[in-house]
Amino acid sequence: MCGICGCSQPGKINKLQPVSGRVHQHDHDHDHGHHHHDAERLIKVEQDLLSKNNAYAGQNRTYFQQHNIFTLNLVSSPGAGKTTLLVETIKVLKDRFPIAVIEGDQQTEHDADRIRATGVPALQINTGRACHLDAHGIGHAIQELGVQANSLLAIENVGNLVCPSSFDLGEAHKVVVLSVTEGDDKPLKYPDMFHAADLMIINKTDLLPYVDFDVERCINYARQVNPDIQIIQLSSTKGDNFSAWTDWLAGHVKLEA
Amino acid sequence: MARSYEVIGFKSTALHGTGIAMHELSLLENVREILENHALSQNFNKVTQVTLEIGKLSSVEPDALRFGFDVVMKDSLAENAELIISDIAGLGVCRQCGLQFELETSHDPCPHCASPFVKIIQGAEMKIKDLIVI
Ligand SMILES: Nc1nc2c(ncn2[C@@H]2O[C@H](COP(=O)(O)OP(=O)(O)O)[C@@H](O)[C@H]2O)c(=O)[nH]1
Ligand SMILES: [Mg+2]
Ligand SMILES: [Zn+2]
Ligand SMILES: [Zn+2]
Ligand SMILES: [Zn+2]
Repeated sequence: MCGICGCSQPGKINKLQPVSGRVHQHDHDHDHGHHHHDAERLIKVEQDLLSKNNAYAGQNRTYFQQHNIFTLNLVSSPGAGKTTLLVETIKVLKDRFPIAVIEGDQQTEHDADRIRATGVPALQINTGRACHLDAHGIGHAIQELGVQANSLLAIENVGNLVCPSSFDLGEAHKVVVLSVTEGDDKPLKYPDMFHAADLMIINKTDLLPYVDFDVERCINYARQVNPDIQIIQLSSTKGDNFSAWTDWLAGHVKLEA
Repeated sequence: MARSYEVIGFKSTALHGTGIAMHELSLLENVREILENHALSQNFNKVTQVTLEIGKLSSVEPDALRFGFDVVMKDSLAENAELIISDIAGLGVCRQCGLQFELETSHDPCPHCASPFVKIIQGAEMKIKDLIVI
């Protein structure tokens, strides 16, 4: 049985067990007859659609804190370079602390294989046609993957700049990856995502000479929707300014004695 | 594969080309699940009306919800239920001057001091408000 949520299949995302609750009992004295079973009545629910996800996210976050796992949720459009960024990051940092990866993006079939080739554990979540990862699936993935304490866990979300912004996975930070081939106005087109992210990586800067992408303008747009956002420009394939990112990461992964 | 995802995948196949957003379908799956849980705890077996409150800053398309509702609720206790969607306005507080004001988007600057540092205090919600049940 799933120790995180109590669902029956280990490693499978499953429906929540129905909560056993109060059932209408008839052991009390009542004079209203039984017609109320046919009568319409109003039931107050007042429940957020994300409440279930948020509860799982809270459990994940507690788990990460207890085990000192620094978790990032990487979001972007398809092809912005999330997997490439992760592969290059692992090459630089894997000897300094343990790293594990949860792959939710199925844009490329072999993302998890690309990660495993670097020697760190990776789990591909089968999201099917779903457009975002949810915290329940992440809870199961953590168990299946056996993420080590005092480590970095990177979650590559589904390539989509819209709804992953609403789904907390329990991460410390959302990191939005924007490549210079996508246009400098992406932060204005997808403000909710850039609002939800704590760090924006402008990737593929090696291609700047060939595309019409105004870095300054992009940064202004991003700050307009999120004045607190941190920004790192780099090239994952050429390595330009890559250490700004790996230093940022190394500064956040606190190794306990 | 995950059950809920299978259901969504199946439905989206059935709806292929109709333009229903996957995201709204998955939210509607949550609605259905919450209804099923309430049916057990509150002892009802049919839902005739569902009222949702959707925040203006929630990045959910009410039209897409309306469009997908009947399909997702088919063969459930809310089959043929009426869907009512009411808006929740966006509200923010300026982190610089403290003014509370209505937000049209998640990133409107303060109308008083023009500061872009605004905390959202309302409007990101998507809630099931109430149900009419039998
Ligand atoms: N020129 C250039 N190409 C890159 C860079 N980073 C990634 N790419 C390429 O962009 C494509 C998509 O990358 P991938 O990592 O699969 O993107 P994902 O879908 O976000 O995971 C691949 O062909 C990468 O080689 C970069 O910094 N510069
Ligand atoms: Mg990828
Ligand atoms: Zn579970
Ligand atoms: Zn979604
Ligand atoms: Zn102000």
